[in-house]
Amino acid sequence: MVGLSIVRRQTLPPWAEILLPVAAIFATLIIGALPIVLAGGNLFKAYSSLVYGALGTRFNLLETLVKASPLILTGLAVSFAFRARFWNIGAEGQLFAGAIAATAVGVYGTALPSWLVIPACIVSGFIAGGLWAVLPAFLKTKLKVDDVVTTLLLNYVMIHVMGFLLYGPMQAAGSSWPRSEPIMDAAHYPILLPRSRLHLGLVIAIVMVLAIWFINARTVFGYRSKCVGVNINAAHFSGVNTDMTILKTALISGGLAGLAGVGEVCAIHYHLLMDISPGYGYTGIVIAMLGNLHPVGVALSAFFFSCISIGSQTMSRMAGIPVYIEGVI
Amino acid sequence: MVDITKRFVDVVANDKVSFSLFPNEVCALLGENGAGKTTLMNILFGYYLCDSGEIRIYGRIVRLGSPKDAIAHGISMIHQHFTLVPSQSVLENAMIGVEGGFFLDKKKARKRLLEIEKQFGLDLDPDAMAFTLTIGQQQKLEILKALYREAKILIMDEPTAVLAPIETRELFATLRTLVDNGRSVVFISHKLNEVMEISDRILVLREGKNVAERKKSETRVQELASLMVGREILESLQCSDSAAGNTVLQLKNLRVRNSKGVVALDGFSLDLREREIVGIAGVSGNGQTELSELLFGIRRPEEGSIVLDGKEVPGGSPSAMIRAGMARIPEDRISTGVCMDLSVMDNMILVDHCREPFSKLGLINGREIRSWVLDRVRDFQVKTDGVDAPVKSLSGGNLQKVILARELAGQPKIIIACQPTRGLDVGAMEYVHQAILRQKERGAGILLISDDLDEVLLLCDRVIVIYEGRIMGELCSDGIDRERIGLWMSGVA
Repeated sequence: MVGLSIVRRQTLPPWAEILLPVAAIFATLIIGALPIVLAGGNLFKAYSSLVYGALGTRFNLLETLVKASPLILTGLAVSFAFRARFWNIGAEGQLFAGAIAATAVGVYGTALPSWLVIPACIVSGFIAGGLWAVLPAFLKTKLKVDDVVTTLLLNYVMIHVMGFLLYGPMQAAGSSWPRSEPIMDAAHYPILLPRSRLHLGLVIAIVMVLAIWFINARTVFGYRSKCVGVNINAAHFSGVNTDMTILKTALISGGLAGLAGVGEVCAIHYHLLMDISPGYGYTGIVIAMLGNLHPVGVALSAFFFSCISIGSQTMSRMAGIPVYIEGVI
Repeated sequence: MVDITKRFVDVVANDKVSFSLFPNEVCALLGENGAGKTTLMNILFGYYLCDSGEIRIYGRIVRLGSPKDAIAHGISMIHQHFTLVPSQSVLENAMIGVEGGFFLDKKKARKRLLEIEKQFGLDLDPDAMAFTLTIGQQQKLEILKALYREAKILIMDEPTAVLAPIETRELFATLRTLVDNGRSVVFISHKLNEVMEISDRILVLREGKNVAERKKSETRVQELASLMVGREILESLQCSDSAAGNTVLQLKNLRVRNSKGVVALDGFSLDLREREIVGIAGVSGNGQTELSELLFGIRRPEEGSIVLDGKEVPGGSPSAMIRAGMARIPEDRISTGVCMDLSVMDNMILVDHCREPFSKLGLINGREIRSWVLDRVRDFQVKTDGVDAPVKSLSGGNLQKVILARELAGQPKIIIACQPTRGLDVGAMEYVHQAILRQKERGAGILLISDDLDEVLLLCDRVIVIYEGRIMGELCSDGIDRERIGLWMSGVA
């Protein structure tokens, strides 16, 4: 029998769910002040230049949004998987898979009518990323292999696959660097605003935020995915096909990460190269956690991370703070 | 313990409770879940400090700030969940924390342990590893540990909850030996028959207050029950005599292996008809869990067939069972019955969410679900802060009501109820029994798998006794012979 015992608070009031991540951000900035002071910087100047650098001018703000697009997608990918307790640490590899598929279409899909090239890049990138996540999900459901290990290790497998392609079949003719041929112009994402790099990727990311929100709140699949995450035994007992739910969740999760890869190829680099992602897939994990696994929270926290990343470049120039402090924050 | 008061934030768990214990006695602390029994004993064992009141041991006022203080005063508490080190021997487990000195003197410790074992009739091999012990033996080891620490007062928190009937009898014999040897035992329980069997004196708590104190010789089960719940409860529930109808569930010659690959059910056949309750009785661990898992669709049979309402269904598919009109009340509410982190509403719709009008073309219709769930919460008298409250904020009885409301909503033809009242207090237990009887009157065929023989005898039209996965015998309700059932349960044909 259970009498009374002191337990962790079971539910947070709604204001706390919003306030806690904000508090976490402020705590970060306060802790972040320490190395800035140690490096001999002026704290006020440093942080004001950080904000200015991220949001202060039209160019800076747009660059922040450009950077936010892949982060929203990888954050969304991780959050959607984590919600179903599919521990997808492999968004980085899935991003690479999406980037490879988009490049393949963008370079070799010359037979396609030009209006079809971008949709083909997007769809193939989504499928490639998705399948790369379905593989560990399959191992999890059929063979009970731990998904943290498989998703993480498959990142390295994908890096080597990409290395093989870029030093081998996909390497640009005459190049000694590991990079592919440039993709055709028809595969370039349209630019949303003149004189900027703001591209279709942001629209895709926002549409995906809304889509995931809708899936979570209104669909049978979203409900099942949540139940599987909370208690897979109870879900199975109640007649939910838990294996299929996990596989579908993985497909969507990996697909979202794949879209991040498509965006980097089709809107930023215009060809495939080894360092196409500065760890967007891993940052996605932190973004997902900070965003409380909620799609809107993920979008906001991705924007925050992108502010830090872009703003710190200005902070470094204006306040004389080394860029690596950004990494600390 | 005099006038003990303990508050937790906004709940008064103990309100001026007084409790005394004499040498050479078993004193039962009786009360429903949440009556404050465990809190009171946790104060005595030093887990909590009381807000007011005092504790005297052998006349001296003491302050017990931690379990260590309590142990120093000769008080030991044995919890439902044991605190043994599985990979160490009985001897090592007994010595932990009281090794004495820098060097281990196992020879001396062994001698002492064997002396204690002899004195109290506890037969445990000092070299046996703890993980090889049965539950009953593990409990003996816990008692041994307490005695090794020179405990004078033993607090046992629901010690029989985890035991099979035979083990319970052994435990009671041990407790008798303890009190005959000058020890005192506090026996926390809400099982009336056990309380009447073992204790010399009974203290009843209700809602954190002293309600009554009785000597065993001066009271009856019925009186204790009404003191505990604050009202008279029916000794026997009303059963209607309507005759059973067509067969709805047929099990033919089933053979099932458990997760370790051992045959758990063998040659198991059974017919269940409309409007009847068939009970599966037996000592726990004789195939009941595997039988329920098989029927829930979680486990596959190796041989044999399951026929539901005239159609053979494949094993291993929960959804096939649900489609065939089966309601399932699982043994372990928390791990298979509900999703603890989700709301009452999400849990209530767990089985039916994919059916119209609750969803169409893969889209959830929140409005339909909400109004349906509100109706269910009202019909089943679920006490909750609303349908959006997480189910983990509900008490055990209300959690079970959520499961009943979910499973019984679709007017099932067949109901598999597995340990439906385990861990529930008397009020909730009565509610579940009434719900099962109402389903029978409606025409459902019900299979009741329960370790609680009283429950089986109270509700069932037929009782089947299983032992080591085989049917030992079957009795009809008019020919119930407890002694015969007892023999069958222990494997004597």
